[in-house]
Amino acid sequence: MSILSVENVNKNFGGLRALNNVNLEVEAGTVHAIIGPNGAGKSTLLNCFVGRLEPDTGTVLFDGQSLLGLKPHQINQTGVSRVFQTPEIFDDMTLLENVTIPALAKRDGSFRLNAWKAVRGETEIHEAAHECLADVGLAEKSQELARQLSRGDKRRLELAMCLVQDPKLLLLDEPTAGMSRADTNNTIDLMRRIADQGVTMVVIEHDMHVVFSLAEKISVLAQGTVIAEDVPERIKGDARVQEAYLGGAHL
Amino acid sequence: MGRNTTPKQDWMLLIGFSVVLLAAPFLLTPVGAGYPDLLQKFAIFGIFALGFNILFGLTGYLSFGHAAFLGVGSYAAVWTFKLFSMNPILALIVATVIGGLFSVIIGFVSLRRSGIYFSILTLALAQMSYNMAYSVATPITNGETGLQLAQSDPRILDVAFGRDYGAVLPSSDLFGIHMNGYPGFYFCAVIFIACFFLSMRIFRSPFGMMLRAVKSNQNRMSYTGLNVRPYTLAAFVISGMYAGLAGGLMAVTDPLAGAERMQWTASGEVVLMTILGGAGTLLGPVIGAGVIKYFENIFSAFNEGVLTQLFDFLPAFLQHAMVSVSSLFVGEGWHLTLGALFMVIVIFLPGGLMEGFNRIRSLVARLLRRDTEEPEKPDPIERVPEPAE
Repeated sequence: MSILSVENVNKNFGGLRALNNVNLEVEAGTVHAIIGPNGAGKSTLLNCFVGRLEPDTGTVLFDGQSLLGLKPHQINQTGVSRVFQTPEIFDDMTLLENVTIPALAKRDGSFRLNAWKAVRGETEIHEAAHECLADVGLAEKSQELARQLSRGDKRRLELAMCLVQDPKLLLLDEPTAGMSRADTNNTIDLMRRIADQGVTMVVIEHDMHVVFSLAEKISVLAQGTVIAEDVPERIKGDARVQEAYLGGAHL
Repeated sequence: MGRNTTPKQDWMLLIGFSVVLLAAPFLLTPVGAGYPDLLQKFAIFGIFALGFNILFGLTGYLSFGHAAFLGVGSYAAVWTFKLFSMNPILALIVATVIGGLFSVIIGFVSLRRSGIYFSILTLALAQMSYNMAYSVATPITNGETGLQLAQSDPRILDVAFGRDYGAVLPSSDLFGIHMNGYPGFYFCAVIFIACFFLSMRIFRSPFGMMLRAVKSNQNRMSYTGLNVRPYTLAAFVISGMYAGLAGGLMAVTDPLAGAERMQWTASGEVVLMTILGGAGTLLGPVIGAGVIKYFENIFSAFNEGVLTQLFDFLPAFLQHAMVSVSSLFVGEGWHLTLGALFMVIVIFLPGGLMEGFNRIRSLVARLLRRDTEEPEKPDPIERVPEPAE
């Protein structure tokens, strides 16, 4: 059963055709990777899923519901969480607060004038937040300010912020960009554990090592068009993919 | 103020705050501030700054037009006196509600933008209100004369309850206690304590946490499922209601209202108070309001005679030089002192006076720890929020 289905999506920026009749089906409970050369339209596509951009034509259905015309906060409330290429976190708050906020948003909805009760009384929320911080290996730093973290830790924090919402769909934009090999491997392990919990993931990634160790299905985007969509083994051998993506070099 | 406080610490803070405030007439007499007019100002501007801090300190939205709500609150209170009753409680409720309604309108318009554009919009709208008070709104505001009580006012509730003020101009009274002098101060103080308590609850609540998130990263907020606009509008309206209440209290202690309360200089003053004390901290704005009002009273009362006395111990030519230099900074020129003080604070203590207190406290704590030979570990909770941008 597909949880996210994208049909004939087009997006133009002025004269530039960023997305050209894109079709995509993401199966529930799988890891779906979107790869493609720079400027292929991967981030544009992701932005269409979270309400940052509105496609010119086409439909985006999540869990049977159209995402078009919804604001980012409304889309998140339907169960879509996103990790950004540059971590978007609450810099001048503690890690625990960073994870508490999404947990509260999940429970209380997009606005609640909850001005009388103290945050410290939210025991369940705090437990969930601690658990997610522990999942990504940041439990010891829960009282530190987010801005003090290294870049890799910031990404992990952002991941924890998404996980605490128990999303139906997790979108990751280059989760290992700029990471060392060791950090990348840690991140792969972490993402594998998340995938094993049954979270559906869509991953944009440049690092083929990451893609082939995680993805169950790969879509290849080039110049705004999906030129191939298949399981990793067959994508590896696809001549068109090699031509478009690697200029003929062997994967 | 640490953010991860325990309920006990919060109660201690509230009790400490109340004790200091209620004892202020005795505590402040030695420094020449123990008289009711000034103490009332401390409480009123403290409330104004507390409310402003909920908007500016938490969300980072710098409003340059908050004096408009102060003025509107004053007019609303005086009108309540004129039309209904001299009872201050009714007047304050009306002032708070009208201040809130007015801030819904201004907030709805100006919160469409953020940063400097938001500040300019609030400034423009407040200046429009100020100018309207002198032009089209004169039937309500009585223009330059200011809105005053008159013996011929209807005061329908007072009349209905058989209260007759005779041939004298009435003053506001709470069931027979007149709201000037010390009773006026204690009335203001009780309301100030209630406002402080509410502000503390907001700071510790999930709502307050979301307001800090607005300041930190609005982008992340919306991708986390939170709608930013109602949060900023709620903060704006709450702070507008605080300002309306403060304006109402001004009218309670002195029942007349003039448009000069709405001028941009008054809006700027509350910004100074908040930053001077420490934006985003619970106590900072209160301290800032106290310091500014204190200096305003002390320094503006100085004149050359006082200065000549002060420098009496110096040789005549030095005395003369000191008097002529320092006289620039007192009396009418006390704003020069305020400006200098503000610059020193912002440059050396960007977190305001609260940052200074916290630094001293951690220094003392470190010295004490060294004595007891315990390993040093900085307390991660004790930190001061970033200076306002």
